[in-house]
Amino acid sequence: MKIAVIGHGMVGHKFLEQLHELGLSQAQVTVLCEEPRPAYDRVHLSEFFAGKTAEDLSLVEPGFFERTGFSLKLAARAVAIERRNNTLTTADGEVVPYDKLVLATGSAPFVPAVPGRDRPHCFVYRTIEDLEAMKASGARSKSGVVVGGGLLGLECAKALRDMGLETHVVEFSPRLMAVQVDEGGGRALRSSIEGLGLHVHTGRNTVEITDGASARHRMVFADGTHLETDMIVFSAGIRPRDELARQCQLAVGPRGGVAIDSHCRTSDRNIYAIGECAAWNEQTFGLVAPGYDMARVAARHIAGQDDAAFTGADMSTKLKLMGVDVASIGDAHGKTPKSRAYQYVNEPKQIYKKIVVSEDGKQLLGAVLVGDATEYGTLLQMALNGIQLPADPEFLILPSSDGKAKPGLGVDALPDSAQICSCNSVTKGQICAAVGDGACSTAELKACTKAGATCGGCVPLVAQVMKAEMAKRGLAVDNHLCEHFPYSRQELYHLIRVGEIRSFEDLLAKHGKGLGCVVCKPTAASIFASCWNEFVLKKDLAGLQDSNDYFLGNIQKDGSYSVVPRMPGGEVTPEGLIAVGQVAKKYGLYTKITGGQRVDLFGARVEQLPPIWEELIAAGFESGHAYGKSLRTVKSCVGSTWCRFGVADSVGLAVELENRYKGLRAPHKIKFGVSGCTRECAEAQGKDVGIIATERGWNLYVCGNGGMKPRHAELIASDLGKEELVRLIDRFLMFYVRTADRLQRTSTWRDNLEGGLDYLKGVLINDTLGLGAELEAQMQHVVDTYQCEWKTAVNDPVTRARFRSFVNSEKPDEHIVFVQERGQIRPARVEERADADVATA
Amino acid sequence: MTTTETSRWTAVCAAGDILPDTGVCALVEGVHVAIFRVGHAQDLYAIDNVDPKAGASVLSRGLVGSLGERIVVASPLYKNHFDLRSGECIEAPEHSVRAHAVRVQEGRVLVALA
Repeated sequence: MKIAVIGHGMVGHKFLEQLHELGLSQAQVTVLCEEPRPAYDRVHLSEFFAGKTAEDLSLVEPGFFERTGFSLKLAARAVAIERRNNTLTTADGEVVPYDKLVLATGSAPFVPAVPGRDRPHCFVYRTIEDLEAMKASGARSKSGVVVGGGLLGLECAKALRDMGLETHVVEFSPRLMAVQVDEGGGRALRSSIEGLGLHVHTGRNTVEITDGASARHRMVFADGTHLETDMIVFSAGIRPRDELARQCQLAVGPRGGVAIDSHCRTSDRNIYAIGECAAWNEQTFGLVAPGYDMARVAARHIAGQDDAAFTGADMSTKLKLMGVDVASIGDAHGKTPKSRAYQYVNEPKQIYKKIVVSEDGKQLLGAVLVGDATEYGTLLQMALNGIQLPADPEFLILPSSDGKAKPGLGVDALPDSAQICSCNSVTKGQICAAVGDGACSTAELKACTKAGATCGGCVPLVAQVMKAEMAKRGLAVDNHLCEHFPYSRQELYHLIRVGEIRSFEDLLAKHGKGLGCVVCKPTAASIFASCWNEFVLKKDLAGLQDSNDYFLGNIQKDGSYSVVPRMPGGEVTPEGLIAVGQVAKKYGLYTKITGGQRVDLFGARVEQLPPIWEELIAAGFESGHAYGKSLRTVKSCVGSTWCRFGVADSVGLAVELENRYKGLRAPHKIKFGVSGCTRECAEAQGKDVGIIATERGWNLYVCGNGGMKPRHAELIASDLGKEELVRLIDRFLMFYVRTADRLQRTSTWRDNLEGGLDYLKGVLINDTLGLGAELEAQMQHVVDTYQCEWKTAVNDPVTRARFRSFVNSEKPDEHIVFVQERGQIRPARVEERADADVATA
Repeated sequence: MTTTETSRWTAVCAAGDILPDTGVCALVEGVHVAIFRVGHAQDLYAIDNVDPKAGASVLSRGLVGSLGERIVVASPLYKNHFDLRSGECIEAPEHSVRAHAVRVQEGRVLVALA
């Protein structure tokens, strides 16, 4: 079977993925993509201005087309469909035959017919090419206007603001986001957005764009007023791309869009239409979730599954616009006859909440949430599943006063068919089944069901469903550290801090049993260090340390150690580098540059470590803590000091941060990166803490990771001054130290954090747990009590005496044998070692 | 732990040279022996120091503790556990090591190879 697809956007690509999953291996699939690049994430398009690249936004897994054998033609526009021959023709004149044709042409931005709309520096906001053009223009502009105050328009306004322009939003209707929110919600949204420094002009009808006096353009409004600006972006809604359908005389909806039935079939049974270009029941859908649904239905129907049906979509939405939560559910405007509403307004905090309930007060019909959308998941499930409301539904949106829990939604009340994750259409039943198959964390559920994998808004609800199901199956979430302590690491942390416990003996006596083990001892040692920060090789702490911490070096496969002196920010003087080289030469060490911008020296026997460090300390170096679950490095680029593109002193900040947090022990290692501009040469977004300079300060990213499971760090705050930046990092690190599991990097910690990024931002920025001052004080204690462990160790005869191969002999360990390779040593292999033994015998 | 009358005892260090709940390595007739002080009574244990899995002389640098009723050390390289009474490698019995006799006499630690 020959399948042709016109359009490779989000929905078009979802269709291909579905086709591949269904295993239609005999199908020949040709995909025509008008744009010069394959499908990318249009939902997160504005992140292009926050530093993401076109590659970051790509939705196509590497190797997808090679693996599937599907043929993708880029920059190939279809211009005609000849239904009689079952062929279509491209702009280049190529004729593509098909048995089944799928239209996934999406939509085009609507530009009002205003004279002057075609002037230079006027744009639309749809493709990466549009964004690149905006970026180029933005660099030569001081101000920008977005025409359209809807969802997309406000996203676009964020983009202009991210470019540093004085930003205006011009909206025809009397309020922002008129479709989704009511008047009260519009007011709260407007004041939040104005609070961010944007200018909002509602009720303005642009009649003409002409030359400006103080800027490039002058926009003249119907009421006689005008506004001058350097660039204009039209984002006043979208229109379905149905021109091909019209050309070949397929039925279209009364308000546009290719008319489809419940199988996503058009009036021609061999042609399907999916996504924003399709009209089902005379209605088009400008959201990605219904588009994905259509993609699934069309693929299954083509595969012969006749029961696949599209049954409409819930248009409820939740999003974050410039940090402001906005959510709309069902009948947001209360249009249902005799419906009643409850409202909560908090003007100082710019929060507005409304629920619309049925006449009898038993059903939730709709809701608007602005400024705080915490209740979205609960309210949505109540509305979608017709769950009976509690007696006083107003408490669903009122802030809970002390001690009173909000009437939650018992997840037990949800039917198995309830859709928990709408992006990936995962039901409660599927989540429960996955729990039955052994998934017991939200990260695992994400991996096997995709629940929460796209926008992440449903993760708290996913966690609730998971926990309830686990409880039902009698599965305790066993987070006990080990057989010696019936507590999680987080609980143990509290016991130690609150009980001011400083020794393992004490901890074991009060809260544990047995003698401890390789799991609980280093965990306790790490918590003691995070809390009290005493010398790790102190008599009653030494025995708790993992071997690497015990010898303050990284043990290698042959029992030798590596040595890493700290080079904050990757900065090292020529004298320092020479000193390191001299030590390496004197002790015959293998030398390698690390990924963290410092030098690693390998092959030291345990008795060589103290004299090596003595020499390094004399040359001004300190322990690099490469052996510890602790702060490793702060990688940096040279920044504005040398680089012609740099906008701030990234090395200076990196050095300062590395010196502040060096020695901090944590559940796992911690890496930082500081980049001096958005080119990101320090790869900060792949680090636990990433900092990128902007024209106006520093952007802070957290919870990134390279390594085994790469994860991009997420932006939590922008344009920070240094003091504020350090305060947030203090809080972040201490909150991680306090709550993570053992050996859990910040990235997995974040993936398992209920409430996700919003929750983390709340804790760090808005201090929702009221922990801010405490976390800062605890970090300050660690900073104030820092010591170079190697300096303490070499100066303490008792500690130093332990660094020897044999307690009763000065002989070196004969198991450590090196051979030469590329001019340096390396450990001998087994067969080489036998030869060496013979040679020395 | 089994010892025979014919065992030759070698004095290796002072009892105080081994910190509580840690180990040291001693050279006894050319054999690397790991000696540990463990637990409430600070009993002494001795096993081979070479981890058979890696061929590296490292077991004395492992963390000691208990697994159920067993007193164990975890190799610092791959964290496989050795029963300090028998030398048995719990995860991979084919990698077990010998246990040696050890005792304290007049403040000195004495080892006799098995």
